[in-house]
Amino acid sequence: MPAVSKGDGMRGLAVFISDIRNCKSKEAEIKRINKELANIRSKFKGDKALDGYSKKKYVCKLLFIFLLGHDIDFGHMEAVNLLSSNRYTEKQIGYLFISVLVNSNSELIRLINNAIKNDLASRNPTFMGLALHCIANVGSREMAEAFAGEIPKILVAGDTMDSVKQSAALCLLRLYRTSPDLVPMGDWTSRVVHLLNDQHLGVVTAATSLITTLAQKNPEEFKTSVSLAVSRLSRIVTSASTDLQDYTYYFVPAPWLSVKLLRLLQCYPPPEDPAVRGRLTECLETILNKAQEPPKSKKVQHSNAKNAVLFEAISLIIHHDSEPNLLVRACNQLGQFLQHRETNLRYLALESMCTLASSEFSHEAVKTHIETVINALKTERDVSVRQRAVDLLYAMCDRSNAQQIVAEMLSYLETADYSIREEIVLKVAILAEKYAVDYTWYVDTILNLIRIAGDYVSEEVWYRVIQIVINRDDVQGYAAKTVFEALQAPACHENLVKVGGYILGEFGNLIAGDPRSSPLIQFDLLHSKFHLCSVPTRALLLSTYIKFVNLFPEVKTTIQDVLRSDSQLKNADVELQQRAVEYLRLSTVASTDILATVLEEMPPFPERESSILAKLKKKKGPSTVTDLEETKRERSVDVNGGPEPAPASTSAASTPSPSADLLGLGAVPPAPAAPPTPSSGGLLVDVFSDSASSVAPLAPGSEDNFARFVCKNNGVLFENQLLQIGLKSEFRQNLGRMFIFYGNKTSTQFLNFTPTLICADDLQANLNLQTKPVDPTVDGGAQVQQVVNIECVSDFTEAPVLNIQFRYGGTFQNVSVKLPITLNKFFQPTEMASQDFFQRWKQLSNPQQEVQNIFKAKHPMDTEITKAKIIGFGSALLEDVDPNPANFVGAGIIHTRTTQIGCLLRLEPNLQAQMYRLTLRTSKDTVSQRLCELLSEQF
Amino acid sequence: MIKFFLMVNKQGQTRLSKYYEHVEINKRTLLETEVIKSCLSRSNEQCSFIEYKDFKLIYQQYAALFIVVGVNDTENEMAIYEFVHNFVEVLDEYFSRVSELDIMFNLDKVHIILDEMVLNGCIVETNRARILAPLQILDKMSES
Repeated sequence: MPAVSKGDGMRGLAVFISDIRNCKSKEAEIKRINKELANIRSKFKGDKALDGYSKKKYVCKLLFIFLLGHDIDFGHMEAVNLLSSNRYTEKQIGYLFISVLVNSNSELIRLINNAIKNDLASRNPTFMGLALHCIANVGSREMAEAFAGEIPKILVAGDTMDSVKQSAALCLLRLYRTSPDLVPMGDWTSRVVHLLNDQHLGVVTAATSLITTLAQKNPEEFKTSVSLAVSRLSRIVTSASTDLQDYTYYFVPAPWLSVKLLRLLQCYPPPEDPAVRGRLTECLETILNKAQEPPKSKKVQHSNAKNAVLFEAISLIIHHDSEPNLLVRACNQLGQFLQHRETNLRYLALESMCTLASSEFSHEAVKTHIETVINALKTERDVSVRQRAVDLLYAMCDRSNAQQIVAEMLSYLETADYSIREEIVLKVAILAEKYAVDYTWYVDTILNLIRIAGDYVSEEVWYRVIQIVINRDDVQGYAAKTVFEALQAPACHENLVKVGGYILGEFGNLIAGDPRSSPLIQFDLLHSKFHLCSVPTRALLLSTYIKFVNLFPEVKTTIQDVLRSDSQLKNADVELQQRAVEYLRLSTVASTDILATVLEEMPPFPERESSILAKLKKKKGPSTVTDLEETKRERSVDVNGGPEPAPASTSAASTPSPSADLLGLGAVPPAPAAPPTPSSGGLLVDVFSDSASSVAPLAPGSEDNFARFVCKNNGVLFENQLLQIGLKSEFRQNLGRMFIFYGNKTSTQFLNFTPTLICADDLQANLNLQTKPVDPTVDGGAQVQQVVNIECVSDFTEAPVLNIQFRYGGTFQNVSVKLPITLNKFFQPTEMASQDFFQRWKQLSNPQQEVQNIFKAKHPMDTEITKAKIIGFGSALLEDVDPNPANFVGAGIIHTRTTQIGCLLRLEPNLQAQMYRLTLRTSKDTVSQRLCELLSEQF
Repeated sequence: MIKFFLMVNKQGQTRLSKYYEHVEINKRTLLETEVIKSCLSRSNEQCSFIEYKDFKLIYQQYAALFIVVGVNDTENEMAIYEFVHNFVEVLDEYFSRVSELDIMFNLDKVHIILDEMVLNGCIVETNRARILAPLQILDKMSES
């Protein structure tokens, strides 16, 4: 190694740096820098041409100044000039300046491109290397335009030097990232994949990064990389530690390359070829075995490198999620790390285990470590490690250990770091809800949450507890009693006042029989908190008071007195004042009947995703099994078309729509509101055309609704402020019957009510629809029914449109929705054995018969939901047919009047990439196409 | 992918910065200040990985100098952690017992070494001899 003198001959630079270091203050430093900048600027502008050495010196100074955080607005031209120098040292410093200081939208790019072009053509590997580094660092669109054609050639040319290949690979990756449209896949792609076989491990390292990115975007084109990556990995892990001399790091063969190869394999599902799969399993086993062997070196570098590979291997095992044996071994290995003295390992082990918990094969194994994890929560000194422990507890939670985990989280919450309290609160709230067998436990837990960490209990959490209490009548009495008791604490959190106020307002009557919580005591208790609360809480309490007027006539005068006081009626806050005035008036003028109607108990909230869960997802919590379960529960409701409200719920006017303010706090509580003028948004109303001739464009959101009906037959198809359309349908072979229910949600008659079914020309020939006209008058609150008889003549793609026109008040209404009559409705499921399935699959091997679609998952990937959807789609779900248990296969026959069409389908989920591949094979190409389109939209 | 590679001393002075995604200069200063603050506030008992905004910081401390790498979630933490050490070993070999001063006075060379090891945010070379090869050519040329 050459002895390097400090400053390396550039005295001026050394002096400058020393000066800067000796500066006593920031001001002095800035002064010195400005002096230097002025000096350099004058040198650059001066008449005397600078020699390469001086240029180099000044550029180095500029780099240093830039590093100190000062923008450099000159010198770029000089740097560009250095690029064309023939001296490597000068050229190098020019490129360095450019890659550090020039960003991709600089005007100089064209000049730089010119220099790069010359260097690439020079065939001098060091020059080429510099040029390629520059593209990889700056990588603008203009560069992509200039070099996207050239780089792949350099990369795959036989005579390119290894180091140049390495740079070219990452250079291409950069261009692909900035301008994918300019980097067309071509015949070079297969040759790039073969770089995995390159003799030189440096080339393989660079190529693996490139291929990983390309494979994520184009999995099909790069599929062959799987077997090559496996065999390369296998050669590395089985090599003696001396085989790969240059790339062995502290006795670990090529650790960084191994990590990259394992990453690449995570772009794909487990290899299909049994030989490749076997070889990969062997590799993974070897890596796991090595972790148990005595270390070849006591140096920490050895174990770090080894563990890096081990963690990546475990990621791959979790990604494949198909080998129970490996998953359990991975879990045991991570379990050992949980107790390791290195904090880094404990952190990473907790992190990995969190994903492991979501695999059905290892969930139980993960649960055995619960005590260690709880201990970590209590003893770890690093908040980020404790955070991981919380995540893991959340992930491993199920019905069997929920009470223990929630209790531990609650007790940790008392001392938890402020930065993670809100998240813990959300997690506790979710777990308590999800695993509540006994809802009194749930109520206790949430009230505890508010007591311990009231400031961190967000609106979503207390909204949710109210939703649940309102929807479950078995817990209402208990909830009222518990909040009443909790409110008796001398100091209680405002959130508790909100929950208490709301619950007592609804269910205070359930405990009013007990003299210790008589109506007046309840009221006095709440009102004693009133003055300490913020405006929104006071507003809520006012609503509680008016509800009390209805619940307990005996406290009416007390409450009227309160409402009448100056502090209410003349309150400076307009919301409070308005409530006080209106409630007081309401309590005086309304008869008890009207009061009872207006102030009726809140109707149940529609079942929907927990708002807390949505919030946690927004906070980017790790996706875990519990999230999936939540959505599963919800979804299955959807798929079965089960407990949805009957299509014509005429009470709809008083049911809050899902988008309405959660508790109706924002508005005056449910007054018998006149139907809002429907022109707002103008979505569905064609105010200008009064003639019945024109058909409205499809209502917004109708596509989504349409897709939801592909796998189910019953539910609400459309709803706006006036009208609700419900569907119920049944299909057998090529025939079907659909009941359409039109509900008038208003109190006013609809006149000239005319629904029309419209089939496009080519659809008419294939689908036969028959129906009778309905009564042209629909009374306010009434529902009419229409029956449609359906016959499938031949396969079809488009869906019929249902157009409804009527008069409401003075306005003409025109609504169009797509009617969910889809080809798959005429499915008859067919059961068959594995052997038959594959035999038929092979028979349908004509390219036109197969349609395949690879797409990103739009919903959480859950096995049970997927199964339900495939069954809902109409085909049989064939178990134990596909060799990979993660895949789904189905079979069925589409019946039409003219023919019967056999259909086979296969759905391959890729959890890691959150992608699916769906393959349809049927005897008719248009059927394959349509079924594939329909089913792809479902996941 | 590696987002940035920083060398910052205990006083919070940046000694090397390399960004693999464009960051405005004023934001750089801010980011570097925040990054070093979060590293300095940690004890030996804490782990070497910090979640910071939407990426992770992986750091190692050598005497008064911190090397901090910002990565997104596609990187293996342990591999990057050990890669930092490999980088330091390369510097140590070239400068024979590297110090903060070596890095300041030879900023261009440290950049060359880093460019050989990381390109476009990906690890490209880990073998010491091959990393140092271009520098050796350079040194030979300036001697002659």
